[in-house]
Amino acid sequence: MRHYVTALIAICHREALRFFGQRARMIAALVRPLMWLFVFAAGFRAALGLSITPPYETYISYETYIVPGLCAMILLFNGMQSSLSLVMDREMGTMRLLLTAPLPRWWLLSCKLMAGAVISVLQAVVFLAICALYGIRFSPMGYVAALPAMFLCALMVGALGIALSSTIRSLENFAGVMNFVIFPMFFLSTALYPLWKMAEASELLWWICAINPFSHGVETIRFALYLKADPLDWAITVAAVVVFMALALWGYDPGKRTMGRKG
Amino acid sequence: MRVIYAGLLTACLAQPALAAEIWVSNEKDDTLSVIDIDTLEVIRTLKTGERPRGITFNADFTRLYICASDSDAVQVMDPETGEILFDLPSGEDPEQFVLHPDDRHLWIANEDDAVTTVVDVDSRTVVAQINVGIEPEGMAVSPDGKTVITTSETTNMAHWIDTESHEIYANTLVDSRPRHAEFVKDGTELWVSSEIGGTISVFDTGNQNEIGKIHFEIKGVHPDLIQPVGFELTPDQKTAFVALGPSNHVAVVNTETLEVEGYILTGRRVWHMAFSPDHRLLFTTNGVSGDVTVIDVAKREAIKSIKVGRFPWGAAMRP
Repeated sequence: MRHYVTALIAICHREALRFFGQRARMIAALVRPLMWLFVFAAGFRAALGLSITPPYETYISYETYIVPGLCAMILLFNGMQSSLSLVMDREMGTMRLLLTAPLPRWWLLSCKLMAGAVISVLQAVVFLAICALYGIRFSPMGYVAALPAMFLCALMVGALGIALSSTIRSLENFAGVMNFVIFPMFFLSTALYPLWKMAEASELLWWICAINPFSHGVETIRFALYLKADPLDWAITVAAVVVFMALALWGYDPGKRTMGRKG
Repeated sequence: MRVIYAGLLTACLAQPALAAEIWVSNEKDDTLSVIDIDTLEVIRTLKTGERPRGITFNADFTRLYICASDSDAVQVMDPETGEILFDLPSGEDPEQFVLHPDDRHLWIANEDDAVTTVVDVDSRTVVAQINVGIEPEGMAVSPDGKTVITTSETTNMAHWIDTESHEIYANTLVDSRPRHAEFVKDGTELWVSSEIGGTISVFDTGNQNEIGKIHFEIKGVHPDLIQPVGFELTPDQKTAFVALGPSNHVAVVNTETLEVEGYILTGRRVWHMAFSPDHRLLFTTNGVSGDVTVIDVAKREAIKSIKVGRFPWGAAMRP
């Protein structure tokens, strides 16, 4: 058991060193959502208020609406980046060291996933603090309740990233992941627009947004910030974590031919 | 002694706990919605005459007066049973009214007839009709009961009426389409909101001179949409909350400096408002969205919006 914990601490430590050693990455991770908040949301300000949709009990401004979505955006981009760093690890040879450690592969990948999720949540917390300074505040208990929701959402996108990293041969393919996974996942979700708004535009878009697991991750965070919870959102997000992690383990299964050849 | 205590306890327990209520008139539904202040839910919906707008309770809250504009009547309701007891003669198209501090005389603005009608609610007779400007609407009575104000929407004036002689003793110009008037600061000032002008004019009641004007500006909202209508002041008279119509905001105004200290987002076309008995909550009627927004007065933020009927207009508190 001690070895398991040691591995978890070591991987978290490595992830933290890597993150805090790259100040530009920290700044970039925050600049992206802040641009959305200060520029995009300002353009779509909806000064006359958005219609009431749960968990909100009254009218809200657009800035207030997108803050949970932008938290999830941080988790999505950072989670993907962290998981896809496995591709680089594979190229550099450090993955061999990791995966040949005398511990089960599922545990090693889980450690990698949890380490990435912790770093992502830390960034989202910093973003929420900046939002509070900007005037978008939640109750103190709302922030506390949002932590597990953000961690779960980070696990979901991180697990997807690990699953994807098993199929990517080189970092040059990252742009493809960006265009075909991250952007569609983000834009076709409730991060930027409420579902009813999508329904006004197209029923197909509404369906895609409604079944996108990232939408449910966003909603778990949104509801938690207001001390509420929708069991369906939690259930779908947990199920997505399980499915994506299973895919990741399958992708990194040494018995799998492609991985065997590559690893 | 124990028996007395036990009896008192039984009596207290037997008495249902009555929470304060906010009564809202729904202009398009011809109904009133009653909101429980504790649960913030609609607990009763009551039928009224056509197009109910202004509503007010008498001094001991045993009667509710309702301006049923399209029924050309002021209806009197028993708030316990919700039954319309009788109609008062009101003149045509009554829109707003004010109950004199004597609890006996209703002063009613008759929008279509350009008159203010004075009705004795006990004898159910019209005592006087006073010619005022075109489309009278806003009504206010001074705390000492000596002056009643009628604002006329098209003439853009506040008419100062002596309640003894029923004569207009002063007319003051205000900005375009005055909608609502209130005596504030123990009757030393009169405030009149102008819907199209987008301002509140402040008058010294001693000499009827304008002493200030409140302007509003909301970032990202076109000035044409900023239309002040109803307003209420906190008991210490230091802060005013002003409904700004289709801008969907309530302004928070410092009554000393006449500066706006903030804006609170509400439902669509916020019109009138009423405080809870402890003045902790403020309830605004939002006509277009058909709901009532509840504002936490101390925090100056909206905490909930409650669906009521179509086009909620007036609001009154019943403790």
